[in-house]
Amino acid sequence: MADTETPFQQELGQEDLADPRESQAVHREHPSAKEYIRIGIILAVLTALEITASYADVRPAILIPTLYILAFVKFALVVLWFMHLKFDDRRYARFFVMGLALAGTLYLIVLITFKVFLR
Amino acid sequence: MAMAIEKPHAGGGGEHETTTGLPNTKLAMWLFLASECLLFGALISTYVLYRGASTVGPYPADVFDIPYTSVSSFVLLASSLTMVLALTAAQKRDVPRMRLWLLATALLGLTFVGGQVYEFTAFYHEGLALTTNLFGTTFYVLTGFHGVHVTVGIFMLLSLVGLSGADRLPDDAGFPVEMVGLYWHFVDIVWIIIFTVVYLIPTGPTPAN
Repeated sequence: MADTETPFQQELGQEDLADPRESQAVHREHPSAKEYIRIGIILAVLTALEITASYADVRPAILIPTLYILAFVKFALVVLWFMHLKFDDRRYARFFVMGLALAGTLYLIVLITFKVFLR
Repeated sequence: MAMAIEKPHAGGGGEHETTTGLPNTKLAMWLFLASECLLFGALISTYVLYRGASTVGPYPADVFDIPYTSVSSFVLLASSLTMVLALTAAQKRDVPRMRLWLLATALLGLTFVGGQVYEFTAFYHEGLALTTNLFGTTFYVLTGFHGVHVTVGIFMLLSLVGLSGADRLPDDAGFPVEMVGLYWHFVDIVWIIIFTVVYLIPTGPTPAN
């Protein structure tokens, strides 16, 4: 390891940049306006599905997971395409996923502690 | 392996050299958004924790108007689309189109916030205040915080339009537009969760039933 490599670079996994897949991710172009519009239409359709599902006469045991899955897909589409995590350097994704995972784990433990899922 | 200090690959405000090879502003924005996950995670889980725990009404089923909130959701989703179209225009250095899409995004954001103000007013007239019951407290704090974030985003968008009008944005305005866009899309993904958790998931029978 050369002296020029800072601890911050090591911590962020600079050596990963040697990985061709990583380099490819860094240089990928952002989507075109047409692709954005396509994603926008998919998001609108998924939202319409969510609303329809909430009015359907379905048992909560089926409805609630369905609504969560649809929300997760919408969330992923916006983060990956509109926020460009699919196309940008993977270190941005690591930062965001770190916060998301921390929040998810912390609040899941809180909700489990208070037996929210057993009600 | 020797590692030279790299130049960030993004233009605009991220031109200076950084030790990571990434623009510090963008890295800081992602860190900020990661910290915001904790803030909204706390508010959402508090709502879930107290869901159905109110002993007096009004209850969610008494006040929610799902078709109305659905329209608001479509408006916010549409604003995310106009935001990325503004970014595409900025990256192509098409300044008039960039301003147009930024203004459209701000206008859609204003429509959403206006709708939220109307919804809050309607709920208040139906007897749901901040301190009426646990539902009122958790609902207003969660959606209110989100509304404040949308409002801040509108100011950021209008600032970009103002700076562009005053010719104070760099030639390649893609970078500042992308930073504001990241914040705006984050506000959108938070709403995706709120809309599902608060409005669409049934709360079960109320004590009055």
